[in-house]
Amino acid sequence: MIQLTLPSGIQVEPSEDGRILTLSVGPQHPGSGHFRLIVQVDGDIIVDADPDPGYVHRGEEKMCEYRNWIQNIPHLERPMIADSCGILYPFVLACEEIGSIKVPERAKYIRIIMAEINAMIFELYWLAIYGIFLGHSTMFMWPMGDRELLIDLAEMATGARVTHAYFVPGGVRNDLPDTFRDKAIRQLDYFKHRLDQYKDIFYTNPLFLDRTERVGVLTAQDAINLGVTGPVLRASGVEHDIRKIEPYDVYDELDFKVITMKTGDSYARAYVPYLEMYERINIIKQCLEKMPSGPVRTKLGPNPKGPVGEAFKRVEAGRGELAYYVVSDGTPKPYRIKLSVPSFRMIAAMPHLLKGAKLADMPAIYWSLNYWPVEADR
Amino acid sequence: MLKELVNPSTFNAFVGKLEDVLVRAIDKPLGYAINWGRLWSLWPVHLETACCSLEFGAASGPRYDVERFGIIEAFGSLRQCDLVVVQGTVTRKMAPRLRMIYDQMPDPKYVIAMGACAITGGLYFDSYNVLPGIDGIMPVDVYVPGCPPRPETLIQGCMLLQEKIKRSRFK
Amino acid sequence: MSSEGKQPEQSSQSKEAVAKVEIPPVEKGIVDKITTKFGGKAVLAYAKPRRIRFNIKPEDAIEFARFLNDEVGFDQPISVAGTDYPKDNVIEVIYHIGCCTVPEYRSMVFAFALKLPRDNPKTPTLIPVYRGVEYHERETFEMLGVIFEDHPKLQRLLLPEDWADIPPLRKDFNIKGR
Repeated sequence: MIQLTLPSGIQVEPSEDGRILTLSVGPQHPGSGHFRLIVQVDGDIIVDADPDPGYVHRGEEKMCEYRNWIQNIPHLERPMIADSCGILYPFVLACEEIGSIKVPERAKYIRIIMAEINAMIFELYWLAIYGIFLGHSTMFMWPMGDRELLIDLAEMATGARVTHAYFVPGGVRNDLPDTFRDKAIRQLDYFKHRLDQYKDIFYTNPLFLDRTERVGVLTAQDAINLGVTGPVLRASGVEHDIRKIEPYDVYDELDFKVITMKTGDSYARAYVPYLEMYERINIIKQCLEKMPSGPVRTKLGPNPKGPVGEAFKRVEAGRGELAYYVVSDGTPKPYRIKLSVPSFRMIAAMPHLLKGAKLADMPAIYWSLNYWPVEADR
Repeated sequence: MLKELVNPSTFNAFVGKLEDVLVRAIDKPLGYAINWGRLWSLWPVHLETACCSLEFGAASGPRYDVERFGIIEAFGSLRQCDLVVVQGTVTRKMAPRLRMIYDQMPDPKYVIAMGACAITGGLYFDSYNVLPGIDGIMPVDVYVPGCPPRPETLIQGCMLLQEKIKRSRFK
Repeated sequence: MSSEGKQPEQSSQSKEAVAKVEIPPVEKGIVDKITTKFGGKAVLAYAKPRRIRFNIKPEDAIEFARFLNDEVGFDQPISVAGTDYPKDNVIEVIYHIGCCTVPEYRSMVFAFALKLPRDNPKTPTLIPVYRGVEYHERETFEMLGVIFEDHPKLQRLLLPEDWADIPPLRKDFNIKGR
């Protein structure tokens, strides 16, 4: 009997009666990303699953206490570099609440446009990797190519491809260029035409349906109690979208729908983000119509500091509800910043869904939970 | 004449001269051929270390296509790969696994350090869980700076590695 | 950008002024429900629009959470955060809970905080009520040293296996060179 001990002390060997085998689907695996799942299998059925995150833990929360409020902005973007506006948004809102800073109207519309573009950039990457996990390499190439259209728009507005550092407490850094509006409308119309084609090759593909329908079913009661959020929660039938429930900036003046599905399986969790992309295009177009002119930034003094206080703000990022708990003690550096990211909340659902599933269903279930390891580890 | 050839004292000199001629005729073109084969088929290990993996994925997309340079992510085992692209921050939990992966690859193998965090620790240089660069655990061939580097920069890094391979001696 | 190496101390009393402004009606309903059931055991910290915060003792934690989940209707755990206040010698663990089912409460976030002594921080786990806090509590354990009693698997989650130092988020853990 071969016995192998991994660095963390896990024994990879069959158990006494030889039935249960402990496998490590490790950090170097085409089906896992930078994350490890220790599964115990009996033949082909998973008996137990133990998630082991922490391979990208960089100590974000501790390091934020050593930098001042403005220096934290490019720092806090890095856990989620594709959706960087989404992870910065609640921090900026919390700073504005503690310091009672007023934001000009034009800045609010620009912030919503950039947040929606960023959410789409991440969701297309997620769809691409979902395709390649299941072996559909056309579904890898098409979203990667269409994503470049949106990255072009973001680059035109801010100057950087992915990590923009565009939001600051008080507004945004600089105004959009004049040609942004026409280019955005052209690109978004072409992108909508491409989205219709995804349905033909992917969402009605019998192989994809076989691999994801009725796989990993999550009921609404379990979903709420486990604390999952975002498209995963909406795919189980719970209508919970922070943009409608607790509108921040100018979401209460925009008109869009919340997409839910009843089945709660992996197919629903893959279909809900796709339908939401149509709504996002709608939101961006409305913002471009309604945007007033004016200043875009309330400039703060050098090395700003706020009064003593705490704030808890939440935002609907691409993956779900992102919340920040910020404590300030009147100095230029924050006292405590706690990020509550949607990816970390999905870890609780993994053992629950994987027990009793086949080993070959593991990538389909794991990636459908919208999990990004770098963000979960912070 | 044949008797002279087979004579032990002159046989060694004859073989030595033959080896000289053979090396000059075959070794150089063979070296070029083998290096040419290695250059245009660098297969990276499927390993994503941290956030720079997003730009590596974008580089494999249709706009910045690295597949035309032969860099295909081989989804098989890492015993068939000869390139490790360390993308981003290496934490202390990941470091022994990274070294294990490097040791399991067969020779010749090359390492590209991508991103500011892999070169010196980058934005997280003072964190309690981050290695200040991967120089301490494996020998690096090419450093690609940026946070994250654009896909075009990564392709330029790969082309520098190709220059380096072109000039190396075939063993 | 201060050049000294020490962190400035924070007093936790200064931000807990009991609300002297008028509490909005929906929040007042919730506050009254809780104060009738628990009386003096639950102390109101503030009740702003859409944000309510109570301070409770560790012994009453499970009963409070069960009441909140079953009777009041807050059923979705959002996060568990721990903060270190060395000046008052406490570690504060704060739970944020949201609501998915009751329509009037859906925009609110309810927070309750427990203050634990810094030398021996122990509190019962809330997994029997909210299953989703399991991994959050594990992270608070390894980052601050808080022990959650009856937790099924209280082990390291994010830090490397050979971590041999004090918990990193405490204020006396200094990053090298700063």
